[in-house]
Amino acid sequence: MRIPLSWLAEHVELPAEGAAEWLHATLVRVGFEEEAVHGGELRGPIVVGRVLSIEEEPQKNGKTIRWCQVDVGEANGGVRGIVCGALNFVEGDRVVVTLPGSALPGGFEIAARKTYGHVSDGMIASERELGLGDDHDGIMRLDELGIEGEVGADALAILGLDDQAVEINVTPDRGYALSLRGIAREVAAATGQAFTDPAETALARDAGPEASGFSVTLADDAPIRGRAGCSRFVVRVVRGIDPTRPSPAWLASRLRLAGIRSISLPVDITNYVMLELGQPIHGYDLAKLRGGIRVRRAEPGETLVTLDDVERTLDPEDLLITDDRGAIGLAGVMGGAETEMDASTTDVLIEAATFDPVSISRTARRHKLFSEASKRYERGVDPAVADAAAARVAQLLVELAGGTLDELGTEVGEVASMEPITIPVGYWSALLGGDYADDEARAALESVGATIEAGADAWTVTPPTWRRDLTDREGLVEEIGRIVGFDRIPSVLPVAPPGRGYTRAQRLRRKVADALASSGHTEVLVAPFVTERQARLTGRAPVRLENPLDGERPCLRTALVPGLVDTAHRNLGRGLTDLALFELGRVFHAVDDQGTHELPGAESRPADDVLAELDRLPEQPLHAAVLLVGERVRKQPGRPAERFGLADAIEAAERIARTVGLELELRQAERPWLHPGRTAELLLGETVVGVAGELLPQVAADADLPRGVAVAELDLDVLIERSRVRLDTRVIAPVPAATQDLSLVVPVDVPAGDVQRAVRDGAGALLEHIALVDDYRGSGLGDGEKSLTFALRFRAADRTLTAAEASEAKLAGLRVATERHGARLRE
Amino acid sequence: MPQPDASPDLSARVDAAVEAALAAIDAASTTAELQAAKSAHNGQGSELAGLNASLRDIAPEERKAAGQTIGAGRARVAEAIAARQGELAAAEEAAQLEAERVDVTALPRLRAPGGRHPLSMLADEMTDVFVGMGWEVAEGPELEHEWYNFDALNVDPDHPARGESDTFYVAPAERHLVLRTQTSPVQARSMLTRELPIYIVAPGRVYRTDDIDATHLPVFTQMEGLAIDKGLTMAHLRGTLEHLARIMFGEEAKIRLRPNYFPFTEPSAEMDVWHPGMRGGPRWVEWGGCGMVNPNVLRATGVDPEVYSGFAFGMGVERTLQFRYQLDDMRDMIEGDVRFTEQFGMVI
Repeated sequence: MRIPLSWLAEHVELPAEGAAEWLHATLVRVGFEEEAVHGGELRGPIVVGRVLSIEEEPQKNGKTIRWCQVDVGEANGGVRGIVCGALNFVEGDRVVVTLPGSALPGGFEIAARKTYGHVSDGMIASERELGLGDDHDGIMRLDELGIEGEVGADALAILGLDDQAVEINVTPDRGYALSLRGIAREVAAATGQAFTDPAETALARDAGPEASGFSVTLADDAPIRGRAGCSRFVVRVVRGIDPTRPSPAWLASRLRLAGIRSISLPVDITNYVMLELGQPIHGYDLAKLRGGIRVRRAEPGETLVTLDDVERTLDPEDLLITDDRGAIGLAGVMGGAETEMDASTTDVLIEAATFDPVSISRTARRHKLFSEASKRYERGVDPAVADAAAARVAQLLVELAGGTLDELGTEVGEVASMEPITIPVGYWSALLGGDYADDEARAALESVGATIEAGADAWTVTPPTWRRDLTDREGLVEEIGRIVGFDRIPSVLPVAPPGRGYTRAQRLRRKVADALASSGHTEVLVAPFVTERQARLTGRAPVRLENPLDGERPCLRTALVPGLVDTAHRNLGRGLTDLALFELGRVFHAVDDQGTHELPGAESRPADDVLAELDRLPEQPLHAAVLLVGERVRKQPGRPAERFGLADAIEAAERIARTVGLELELRQAERPWLHPGRTAELLLGETVVGVAGELLPQVAADADLPRGVAVAELDLDVLIERSRVRLDTRVIAPVPAATQDLSLVVPVDVPAGDVQRAVRDGAGALLEHIALVDDYRGSGLGDGEKSLTFALRFRAADRTLTAAEASEAKLAGLRVATERHGARLRE
Repeated sequence: MPQPDASPDLSARVDAAVEAALAAIDAASTTAELQAAKSAHNGQGSELAGLNASLRDIAPEERKAAGQTIGAGRARVAEAIAARQGELAAAEEAAQLEAERVDVTALPRLRAPGGRHPLSMLADEMTDVFVGMGWEVAEGPELEHEWYNFDALNVDPDHPARGESDTFYVAPAERHLVLRTQTSPVQARSMLTRELPIYIVAPGRVYRTDDIDATHLPVFTQMEGLAIDKGLTMAHLRGTLEHLARIMFGEEAKIRLRPNYFPFTEPSAEMDVWHPGMRGGPRWVEWGGCGMVNPNVLRATGVDPEVYSGFAFGMGVERTLQFRYQLDDMRDMIEGDVRFTEQFGMVI
């Protein structure tokens, strides 16, 4: 909302100096957000001049300039010579002259300067140069524009260019503040000063006869959520306006500062009154109407061409203004083209109506038509201001456009009464936690327009018609706190009952992140929006967005690795080639029948089965992933570079698992996006909890990454759920160990891990530790054979083992390896 | 009875052998030379060994004295060897250590430094403050049912606030799933499931259809707080926020409340924090929104507003990081440039 200061000053008193800053500060104090200050960039002398003579001088470049003598008044140096490029004016025209020393928008300083062989002692200005509009076809001709002003007079004041507008953000509960009337009341409430209500002024001046005779029918047979689409409809008629009259400069200036383009005098008047009183007004060309007006819902398939010349197919929920021909307006949103006021309109029918916020909001959204009118209606328009607004429009059409107020008109519908609210005396202090005197509470509520019936224990407070957002006592306390201020609220630290600290899952997640970071990985947080292709990598059904920011990335990630690939790509692009990235984040997997068709009400706690349905959400497990690319050890004195590889990814995965007390098992596997020979499934028992592998070279190349990018991704939720909570501790026996090596021969395609597991299973409880120390292929072995050597450490809890006992256990291990994998002892 | 002395002749031979041995030991400059001296002067075939062997030829009554003389001589030699051994070993160890000298400033680095993301660490730091006060950390889904994100929070389906909320909708929108626009749905879930009283914070990622620029991210982190108890007032809200502010920004930090509007709180306020460490001098900084929980929210979640009241607040972790570390461009927080994270390392 933009508030022209000269306009606001008609209703409340503003300080002479620094009014814009003062107003911002005042409004911020009562809950508006400061946005900007508009206007005030121009500096005089900018005056009214009269063109006395024009000499046209063709130039070599084909252009013709005019050397003009312009009278700018004795006080401004009399007659001055000015060069002008525009050709749209004649001798005798009154124009706007910017004299040397003045400044135009954008800091453009005017000085006497030599040009086209003359010294141009100022500039004859166009609308665009003055920041008044986009019209640069020629300079402003004041007579043509109907702008008054003697030669030598200050044009800044005449054109309203000395005015400023303060822009604030109005929160969506406070529709009343989208008007000068509402803002003036807020300023009065914040400062305690008096306030003249422009609605009362308009009604007081409404000396005309009771309007009647125009037929308006409110016929909403399909109210939305039980609320009639139109509760009140006021019509006034003004006849015989002069369609050639331009809008006066002050009116055009105020509209411009308020951010609304000047269109024609009657349209400008309707906009002006909307800004002043907050009541959207529609003006119809009475001559174009056929019969009376009927307000009803649209028929299926009905269409309407709106003012913006777009033909719209209407929805049966749309509320319409209709006459005998059919739809002539989308109620509260935009009028129709057929009954629009135009340059020949002389008789105007004024509509000031109260429409239901929900109905208007839905129509505006459905047709993506967000007009000044719909913005106000969906936030709530004071239903009691329609009369005053219609009267005010009529008065301005009479005063400024030369029309005559007609008796034709109507008023139908009623202003719904306001529900009184009971509030216990002192509840304000009880909720705010500070000392707010009853007198202050009363003054605050009255300043926003409420009426109070004070009882001993409780007050009955009736909010004003423009505050339908005030429905409960907490809302009243908010008003008291807002107007009196929150500064006096003391600082008191509440004492919570003893808590249980972080949950186990919360602690473990932090430990995992710390463990990865401490082992050289860098945490990144990646936005979860991915391409269709990235989402499809995992084979899980992705969640798709209705309104993605980037149409190329309409899906939510089903895995973290694609985001890490994107991140690696960005880092490589910045010359950071050696990366160990990790992320802990949620991924999203669509499920059957996710979401609900219905939205339950929120008046009370929904039933348990309803709440259970709301939890039919896509799966959102927390994953942990790493990506490793480049060199893990850089070339240094005495040490060659080492590249990251799959081993690093697997080590990171094992580190994650160990951090939560688990050991992963590995299984050779394949994934369509990973290297077919360098991919491991990560398992807990028989459950696959993740995958590690090298990116398929093509996948890496698509992101400009080199070959050999190693990645791993784990479902951290599952890991934490299955994390070790109990441990059967063993006796740490102080007896010596017996160590032996076991070399055995197996076919090359048998994974060493499987052989190791077989040996471990066979060797039994005496085997304390086993590690693969060598994998040999070559002479002495058959084709397709390899020799694996394991270092074994045996120990008994209660005695020193003999070599024979250890050997026996080792051979037991060999036997199982033989059974499972055809292993034989290497001689 | 006095022991007879050994014969003068034997004593002289022992002395001579010992002197020769000591001279050789002294002359040894390596453990190998010492070993050679040892075997030459005290080992098999040495003069002293020979003398010792000759004891058996000595008359029994003189044998004891002779044995003592030889024994004393051999002991002197053994002692000297041991002493010299110690000296030489120490010297050799010193030489070895000197030979092993390295340039400690040029040793290889085998693992790059890693780091936690500052947003994660800052969120942890904030929740630590609350957990220290007995509050608990609550969680909820990032992809949420619209009812929790709006309806339960007193945002009517037709209220303009719902239209202005920049919500990402899951396709098809008729199924009412959204990416949560705020962490406040966790409030509703907590009130529906937790026992009263409730004191929780809920850190988490939230989503808005904002184009990315220096001060807007489509994905960011919020820290939500909620307290529901008997007799809670806005003074408790201020006290809680001020406590957090002092821990995070120093003892002089304080909170200012300005009226604002949020559907889920009434009264509602915008909170500013007085940041004593701000670049360019201490000043007020916008920090987030807060207020007393709207009775409609209590009712929607089955809490009796006649008995309980509560307060709630929410602040952006990105924004907090931004003004605490004078970060001009929020994009750095989400782009994953490792230089951004690594400058923080493991500490915030």
